[in-house]
Amino acid sequence: MSGIGGKVAGVLSALKVRTGKALALLQGDGQADRVVPPTGFTANLTLFTAGAMAFLAVFALALSLATGRVASRWSEELARSATLRISAPMEQREAQAAKALEVLESTPGVASARRLSDDEQRDLLAPWLGVDLPMEDLPVPVLIEVVEGEGLDVAGLKARLAGEVPGAVYDDHSRWREPLIRAASRLRLLGWVALGLIAASTAAMITLAAGSALAANARVIATLRLVGATDTYIARAFVRRFTQRALLGAAVGTSLAMLALALLPRAETTGGFLTGLGFTGAGWLLPLIVPMLAAITAFWATRASAFRTLRQVT
Amino acid sequence: MGRGWRVIELENVAYSYGGGELLSDISLRLAPGSFHFLTGPSGAGKTTFLKLCYLELAPTSGRVQLFDKPATGFSRNEVARARRRIGVVHQDCHFLDHLPLAENIALPLTVAGRNVAEEKGNIEELLRWVGLEKHTDALPPSLSGGERQRAALARAVVMSPDIVLADEPTGNVDWEMGQRLLQLLVELNKMGKTIVIATHDLNLIRTAKSKVAARVLRIAKRRLQLAGADL
Ligand SMILES: Nc1ncnc2c1ncn2[C@@H]1O[C@H](COP(=O)(O)OP(=O)(O)OP(=O)(O)O)[C@@H](O)[C@H]1O
Ligand SMILES: [Mg+2]
Repeated sequence: MSGIGGKVAGVLSALKVRTGKALALLQGDGQADRVVPPTGFTANLTLFTAGAMAFLAVFALALSLATGRVASRWSEELARSATLRISAPMEQREAQAAKALEVLESTPGVASARRLSDDEQRDLLAPWLGVDLPMEDLPVPVLIEVVEGEGLDVAGLKARLAGEVPGAVYDDHSRWREPLIRAASRLRLLGWVALGLIAASTAAMITLAAGSALAANARVIATLRLVGATDTYIARAFVRRFTQRALLGAAVGTSLAMLALALLPRAETTGGFLTGLGFTGAGWLLPLIVPMLAAITAFWATRASAFRTLRQVT
Repeated sequence: MGRGWRVIELENVAYSYGGGELLSDISLRLAPGSFHFLTGPSGAGKTTFLKLCYLELAPTSGRVQLFDKPATGFSRNEVARARRRIGVVHQDCHFLDHLPLAENIALPLTVAGRNVAEEKGNIEELLRWVGLEKHTDALPPSLSGGERQRAALARAVVMSPDIVLADEPTGNVDWEMGQRLLQLLVELNKMGKTIVIATHDLNLIRTAKSKVAARVLRIAKRRLQLAGADL
């Protein structure tokens, strides 16, 4: 996952350029902040919504990354392996299996071919048919696991097998693989769409909250203008407030979401998709961007609505 | 001081709130260091005239110049900067009700980015002058009308502006306090500040005339006239 690590480092260094300015904004200017009266209720709403949105955003992010991971693992593993199934009358089974192995071993491009033992087949069937299966008495097909190497001519191999091993069916998993990968990439797309919607809703919510704070303080704003305050000065008092709250709320939401993901029960052996939800390695740094994005969104949303309001004041 | 020879100039200014014209064809030049009274019946447009001078309203026709620059072309930041050079006592004093009086009076300094702590001495002196030294920590809504007016005057002059526009600054105070506030404005005028006071109080105008070369402007029938020397 060095790709993600690199991305994170890139975004972090891009953000660092603005850190000086951002820190000044966050530290605030006590005197300037006091000119706008405290706005308790909208403050708490902003804090809460930013937190909830960040929580959802971290999950959407985890979903996108996990499906991406699952899709690439599936396509890699399934692309390289195939299964040869031999269904033949009991008395011909062994002969056909031996013949098939012979064909496979003499085919260029087959990295390895290995017949699954009775025990392995029993293990595969156990979840459906229970343990203690009398494998000898069942017409269970012989399974040969094929690992494909470079330059395998699948069509040629299938033709040879059809001629020499009549009971053999060569399955390269493509019927499985493609819809799975399609589903996974669609799911990943949905994850990104969800992230986009969350960002847009956050911007909309902060615009509404800032709008109501600005409207409630119309007289304060008019008075400030009359004593010579610039638009930037007035806007900054509001922008600072909403940016701080969005950052704080999103930081709490992100922390809780990361904690929830870290505490998800794991069942790695089955390679499950749901249990794979979460981050790996440097990927754990990625959600840390969520609070910063929330702060940046709050900054621009508040700034835009402040300047819109100020345009109506002389 | 880098000031032009007229700090405020109106040229054929007219203003209407949407109905008929309230003010028509007003031309006026205020030289730096001049002292003017503005009178006229209630509703004549005195407050409106002052609002045109500090750019809260833009004229419906005609031109306003401030500090020798056409104000119609001012950007919003230039308007803000011009207002730092104009102290205004509003008829309905605008304060920030959540801040104590001392901070309200220092507000022009605060928004101009000046260090208020450094000016603490000046602010205290100003508060003493307008008789509000006991109310520094009071919130504006808890003050009487006259106290608010005195506070508004203190705030108007705290930046040591080039122009002071006062709209009925003595409307709610007793004679003695009125004289005291007038004295403050006269002192500022002696320092070279341009003063315009809108008032109905003819006695105030009379006493002022004994102290300073004040001229009287009258708004009547939508026009601005220079009143005769009969007052
Ligand atoms: N925002 C407004 N919209 C519409 N009409 C207004 C507005 N402000 C003032 N007016 C009208 O304009 C006229 C002049 O108002 P203005 O406040 O300038 O009078 P004034 O001379 O200051 O009166 P006063 O001596 O009572 O303070 C009044 O008739 C008033 O009703
Ligand atoms: Mg008036």
